[in-house]
Amino acid sequence: MNASGFTTRLVALTRKETRQMLRDRSNLIVGLLLPVVLILLFGYGLSLDVKHARIAVVQEDSSPTARQTVAGLQGSTYLSPVWISTMDEAERMIRAGETDAILRVPADFSRQLAAGNGRVQLLLNGVDSTTASAIDGYVAGALAVPAQQAADRAGNKPAGTASVAIVQRTWFNEPGESTWYFVPGLIVLVMTLIGAFLTSMLVAREWERGTLESLFVTPVRPLELVLSKLAPYIIVGAIDLAMCLLAAKFLFKVPMLGSLWVIIVASMLYLMVSLALGLYISAATKNQFAASQVALLASFMPAMMLSGFVFDLRNVPVVIQVISHLLPATHFMSLIKTLFMAGDIWPGIWKSCGVLLLYTVVLVAATRRKLRKSLE
Amino acid sequence: MNETVIAADLRKTFIGPDGKPFAAIDEVSLAVRAGELTALVGPDGAGKTTLMRMMAGLLKPDAGTLRVLGTDVAAAPQAVQNRISYMPQRFGLYEDLSVQENLDLYADLHGVPLELRRERFSRMLEMTDMARFTARPAGKLSGGMKQKLGLACTLVRSPDLLILDEPSVGVDPLSRRDLWKIVQQLVDEEKLSVIVSTAYMDEAERCGKVFVFHHGRLLAEGSPETLRGRARGLTFTARPPEGTPARDLQARLIDRPDLVIDAVPSGGDVRFIRRATGDDPRLAELLHDAPATPRPEELEDAFMMLLREHGKERGHAEPANGNDSAPQVAINGDKGEPVIVVRDLVRKFGDFTAVASTSFEVARGEIFGLLGPNGAGKTTTFRMLCGLLPATSGHLEVAGLDLRRARAEARGRIGYVSQKFSLYGNLSVRENLEFFAGAYGLRGAALKARVAASLNQFDLDPASRSGLLPAGYKQRLAMATGLIHEPDILFLDEPTSGIDPLARRTFWRTITSLAAHGVTIIVTTHFMEEAEYCDRIAIQDAGKLLALGTPHQVRQQAAGSGARDMNSAFIAIVEQGREPHGATP
Repeated sequence: MNASGFTTRLVALTRKETRQMLRDRSNLIVGLLLPVVLILLFGYGLSLDVKHARIAVVQEDSSPTARQTVAGLQGSTYLSPVWISTMDEAERMIRAGETDAILRVPADFSRQLAAGNGRVQLLLNGVDSTTASAIDGYVAGALAVPAQQAADRAGNKPAGTASVAIVQRTWFNEPGESTWYFVPGLIVLVMTLIGAFLTSMLVAREWERGTLESLFVTPVRPLELVLSKLAPYIIVGAIDLAMCLLAAKFLFKVPMLGSLWVIIVASMLYLMVSLALGLYISAATKNQFAASQVALLASFMPAMMLSGFVFDLRNVPVVIQVISHLLPATHFMSLIKTLFMAGDIWPGIWKSCGVLLLYTVVLVAATRRKLRKSLE
Repeated sequence: MNETVIAADLRKTFIGPDGKPFAAIDEVSLAVRAGELTALVGPDGAGKTTLMRMMAGLLKPDAGTLRVLGTDVAAAPQAVQNRISYMPQRFGLYEDLSVQENLDLYADLHGVPLELRRERFSRMLEMTDMARFTARPAGKLSGGMKQKLGLACTLVRSPDLLILDEPSVGVDPLSRRDLWKIVQQLVDEEKLSVIVSTAYMDEAERCGKVFVFHHGRLLAEGSPETLRGRARGLTFTARPPEGTPARDLQARLIDRPDLVIDAVPSGGDVRFIRRATGDDPRLAELLHDAPATPRPEELEDAFMMLLREHGKERGHAEPANGNDSAPQVAINGDKGEPVIVVRDLVRKFGDFTAVASTSFEVARGEIFGLLGPNGAGKTTTFRMLCGLLPATSGHLEVAGLDLRRARAEARGRIGYVSQKFSLYGNLSVRENLEFFAGAYGLRGAALKARVAASLNQFDLDPASRSGLLPAGYKQRLAMATGLIHEPDILFLDEPTSGIDPLARRTFWRTITSLAAHGVTIIVTTHFMEEAEYCDRIAIQDAGKLLALGTPHQVRQQAAGSGARDMNSAFIAIVEQGREPHGATP
């Protein structure tokens, strides 16, 4: 068959796919509305940061020194201290979940401090260990400042205590905002979504409705079927990518240290992998229900749980690490996070893009094989 | 080239649902002549679709050779596909695309040049009478229209060979006639070679050559005339004595397989095929009060003979349905009193009227047939009668109970056998029966007794897996579950679609004997000849009741149009009903 036949058929099939996509409202809801919901949900609704943690302060020593010591708690946006009169009341509050921590300044605090032995008690609600350790850090920081100032004013360094001051600074995500960390990952999630929920239906639907049998007896080639099914969804993916990038830049003000074009090329490459994976699942299952279940389990869930989107992969067992490195999402996740927060680091870019390209080629070839014109 | 398709020792094996391999096509050799209509006939599961898919290059034969248009199709499927047009049983129309968009898509895929296309499209749209609907989404067309559009899409270019797989299945008689008109026109005008598979003998009768298949084997081939010759001298019509329904005589004849090969009620008489020519005192005795006259043999007769012979050869002929095997359901009450009363029944869906002001009564022990083209409102009427769908207005009384007030109670008095096999496929026959008996409130010893009686009545093996039963046995099981609670009224929705003619005979024998025992039967069917088993029939179209009466009266109503059989009577009545309003899509 000559090249013009190929183009005619590809154009005809692509037009058909585009019409079908546009006429099915649920496609547009999943393809365009769901990404918006995800952007807002992950951008505003989800955060690992602990802000305004509730802390009950039981000030049993009301001397000016003691007051001075805990005064630092009030200036912080991370902590909302409440002064409680008795320890019993504070304990009741932590049990009832009304506070996340108790800071107890014992009655003999000033005396002990003067003796160089000032101690306060911090009780943390360890149910949520991430919040607990964050509060620990905040409280230590808040108490350290006035203590340092007091020491400076006194001008007398305690003899024999060599103090090491840690000057801390976080690179790549300086304010430690988890939004900065989530939003690049969101691009991975949205790109995965289109493949998992939209293209995974395409071939299975044609099997179920019997339309493939009629298509098979035309001069159409399997590759034309695959390409025509990818084309309209690449556009949808590009729109979603644009929305993600705009939201990242203007809504969440996430820094983009890497070049925009590299981010776009890498994202489109991953989009191809995701779409092709959806198509492959669809062609292999031949059933819309099975296809959506498999796509959810094999593509969307792992992209969320195992790609390093939320959980650091170095902390997971080796088996899970191996599995997660088989996922294209993991490669793209580390690439996109690096691109956003560290910049164009070329060796990593080449490697990850190479992996994604390989996935695309393999999946398209496999789908084409599954669409061999045979009913067997 | 004189032959379009040549097959030699062709074989194709599949793995059945029970895990065992079975031959869908078994050592088939045939040659199909070019330039004429060729029919592949046979009941469901005969292997027609498998053979056609192999011709279209979609399945590879396991053994033997298959040459289509001179090319070995297994070796070069694309070369064959570029020259043939194939319409699968379920043609792949894109329901969300319009009629025109579907046509364009297939024209593009076949690379039909634009100048040729305009002429071809207008011809196709004219033949299918769809020029008015080009902008309508294919999903919004009626079943018959969809099928016509499928044919048009298949024929966007002029192929060297057209393969049609059961184009008229599930299509009402009117659309069926239109489809055939199109095909016939193409054969006459373009000398097109067409291979068509069908379960309808009147369609095979139009073809130049007929191949008869059963269980993957080619039973016979020849022109309709030569095939008909097999039944020469054996075909008769018997007239039942005044006042008795034809189906009683039919039952009497078909219960004697030693003398009679086949018998069906038709036009108030019974058409039958006797086993041998010559005088047989036993046959004369069987027919004593029903004078028999010879009638010309038809393809249907030859077909039934072939199936019966082959069925016996394979050793699983349907058991002879003697009087003793008739279901023993005894219902008290007089025959003749109405058990279903429908007055001014209306059902609307939004502003669409599915059933418009319909009234009829059904008497106890009557077999009442509900006929109509696709979308006529049959299913809606049926669902209202079963209490599955509330009526918009009107009076509806079933078994003496007002369906508006005592729906649950009324349901306990009716049995329902749905169109699709709606039993649990992975449960055994016994488990299914026990479940449905329980669902109808039977318990303990009563349940055990009913299940045992049903198994016996319908000759079912309690241990076999329901999903793996052959179609005819599935049908029996469905009937058994519908009757498990000994209902007064049995509703059957398209009960015989998808089962072979032999199983259909057995099935109707069961129905007629149920009616004889006082069970009222309401049945929908698209096999018009089956209307002859009914005491009375109603013909519905576009929600309206067009005809109501005995099959004889309905034929009389259509007599002006020269309708002889039920099929043409049906077409005439529906067309008369549509005329004043102009054709509706």
